[in-house]
Amino acid sequence: MVNADACIARQSPAIDRIRERKINMSDDNIIIDATTRIFQDLCDPQTITNAPDDSWKAPLWEALEESGLTQAWTPDDLGGAGATIVDGFDVLRVSGAFAVPVPLAETLLAGWLLSKAGLIVPQGAMTIAPARAGEHLTLGDDGTLAGEARAIPFANEAEKIAVIARRGESSVVALVDRASCGIAEGNSLAGEARSTVRFDGIVPEEVSDPVEGLDEESLVQMGAAVRAAQMAGALQAILDISVEYSKERVAFERPIGKFQAVQHNLARLGGEAAAAIAASGSLADTIGRADGFDDQVFLEVASAKIRIGEAAGEGAAIAHQAHGAIGFTAEHILHRFTTRLWSWRDDFGSESVWAVRLGEMVASRGADELWPLVATQ
Amino acid sequence: MSSAIQFDPIRLPPEAEALRVEVRAFLREEIDAGTFDPVTAPYREGFNPEFSRRVGDKGWIGLTWPKKYGGQERSFLERYVVTEEFRAVTAPTRVHFTADRQSGPVLIKYAPEHIKMDILPRITRGECCFCIGMSEPGSGSDLFAASTRATKSDGGWLINGAKVWTSSAHVADYMIGLFRTSASTEENRRHGLTSFLVDMKNTPGITVNPINHMTGFHEFNEVVFEDAFVPDDNVLGEIDSAWKQATSELAYERSGPERFLETIYILTELVRTIGDKPDKREAEGIGRLVAQLHTLRRMSVSVNGMLQAGKEPTLEGSIVKDMGTQWEQKLPQRARELSAFVDENIGNRANFDELLRFATMIAPKLTIQGGTTEVLRGIIARGLGLR
Repeated sequence: MVNADACIARQSPAIDRIRERKINMSDDNIIIDATTRIFQDLCDPQTITNAPDDSWKAPLWEALEESGLTQAWTPDDLGGAGATIVDGFDVLRVSGAFAVPVPLAETLLAGWLLSKAGLIVPQGAMTIAPARAGEHLTLGDDGTLAGEARAIPFANEAEKIAVIARRGESSVVALVDRASCGIAEGNSLAGEARSTVRFDGIVPEEVSDPVEGLDEESLVQMGAAVRAAQMAGALQAILDISVEYSKERVAFERPIGKFQAVQHNLARLGGEAAAAIAASGSLADTIGRADGFDDQVFLEVASAKIRIGEAAGEGAAIAHQAHGAIGFTAEHILHRFTTRLWSWRDDFGSESVWAVRLGEMVASRGADELWPLVATQ
Repeated sequence: MSSAIQFDPIRLPPEAEALRVEVRAFLREEIDAGTFDPVTAPYREGFNPEFSRRVGDKGWIGLTWPKKYGGQERSFLERYVVTEEFRAVTAPTRVHFTADRQSGPVLIKYAPEHIKMDILPRITRGECCFCIGMSEPGSGSDLFAASTRATKSDGGWLINGAKVWTSSAHVADYMIGLFRTSASTEENRRHGLTSFLVDMKNTPGITVNPINHMTGFHEFNEVVFEDAFVPDDNVLGEIDSAWKQATSELAYERSGPERFLETIYILTELVRTIGDKPDKREAEGIGRLVAQLHTLRRMSVSVNGMLQAGKEPTLEGSIVKDMGTQWEQKLPQRARELSAFVDENIGNRANFDELLRFATMIAPKLTIQGGTTEVLRGIIARGLGLR
């Protein structure tokens, strides 16, 4: 049996080096630096893994709120920090690199949705609904909501839920008090809430005017893009952790990273991380430039969610193989990343769901439009 | 070394997109005129001097080179667009592609001025075909084991030995080859090789013997040198130190669109065969392939954009080639699976089957040519700090 304490002790210099590198990779970006520092101080994966309870959570959330990061996608005049879309995705990539276990991504997403509809964005943790393509909620003439939404992330911790609902022919955004909703709790592979939320008969606290060019599909695409950024960060992290571990772990009288078979596995992991970083970066940039959710955004979202979802599966398998038994223990930090990768790839549409949609789009356009669709930017 | 992998979200500049429109119109005209047919081009030789001359007339060969050598001094992102548009329809570029991608840039860097003034303008006119003399019977991936010798003689060098797997040697005007001028040393086993420009058409003592592919295709050759004389001026770079020269160009060579588009025709024809009403399985398969293709292309554009901006994405370039060649190699197998239930009597099915047979047969070479998977993964591992 492996001695977990000894392994953790052995691992800590590696983690220190990873921390150093996270700062270096920031490319002089103030927002990335600030985000990285908060997570280093208050959301260190090993500290959280070792923690006997959830007492780390409140200081972390407080620091995130104080820094304005929870409101990164909310314009100044609606109560937010007014960062760019790309800045927000950078924050989320870094949060993925620390396997951040609080609803930062969901709160950003809710802030984005509310401010798109011109609603004031409240403080506090939030989540969104619906989160799956094809689901919709309605707002009736009597001002009450109807319908249910599945796999809502962090529904247990959110104070408010930002929803997009249909009212007649148009879409409106509404702010709902979570305590008033019926919640059937469920959990992701990482132990985070993914719940079914029932909205029947609920009167929202705020309802926007009808919004043009925004619907459930926009929210699902934005959610998929958010998960793409988090997965890219997590893949970079498991690459770093696996490389450092392979340099230190000695077997057969050599660091295992000196064995060609291990090197080639890690090179493949590097490739999966690279695909994720490139796809999520391109997607963030595209959404940052786009006016709405057009075909080009759809191609970027679908491609990123499919390809990064594939990378999550491949990458997690390679990282675990490199770590051997210790990486499979509760004490080790690796599972903080791999269980989230497995869970994030299912959120807002799995690879299969997006691939069918993208495949149908390509087929309906026809063979001769395939290359022009891909070679556009 | 840091493993921080970076892919800037590069967008092609407006001048590159404007060029794309021109290139597409040109290719459309050539296809309509019967110069080549994208559906049969993959198993044709792709050697078409008249077509290459017309490409040269457009100014699209040596696009990035100095104007005094016949180039246009345009950006690598513009060259990227030209390359990918030609690849997407499998245009016959065998005459000029190698010279355009790597031989010309090597000459610009290392050849004496009078050779540059002589050869480079001919390359840009599409009149000059190059081959690369690297592999030998006893040295393939292990490039620095090359033993074909260049021995000093009066006014030049005498070459003796043989190169193998030399693509296009039977039609090439010139070879840029790596030859042994000294023994390797204890401290540096890469020492002792020198790069030479060899005139393939006018040098006595050179014999080119065909080595057919398993497809029956003639692309490879064995090139035998028996006291073949090469003048001193044709030494490219420093004697015995060719190993220092190979590095910077490699990122361009590794990360171009040709590193994932070699079997692209099979995806296009798969979409045509399946038609506009795919079932869920077919739609999912196509969707995944398009997502993978799109991601590879974004990675490749990014590496080229970073190079253009003066960065050195060597790790990223090797990753693009590794993943790109894996993808184009697996593509025929995926297409085979996804087409399994398509009616045999449907529209382009006969064309598709013919292309699939060809793509299946050439797939093994895609992860060997220009650096094997094993060599690339070693380079990536080094980039990650494991070597």
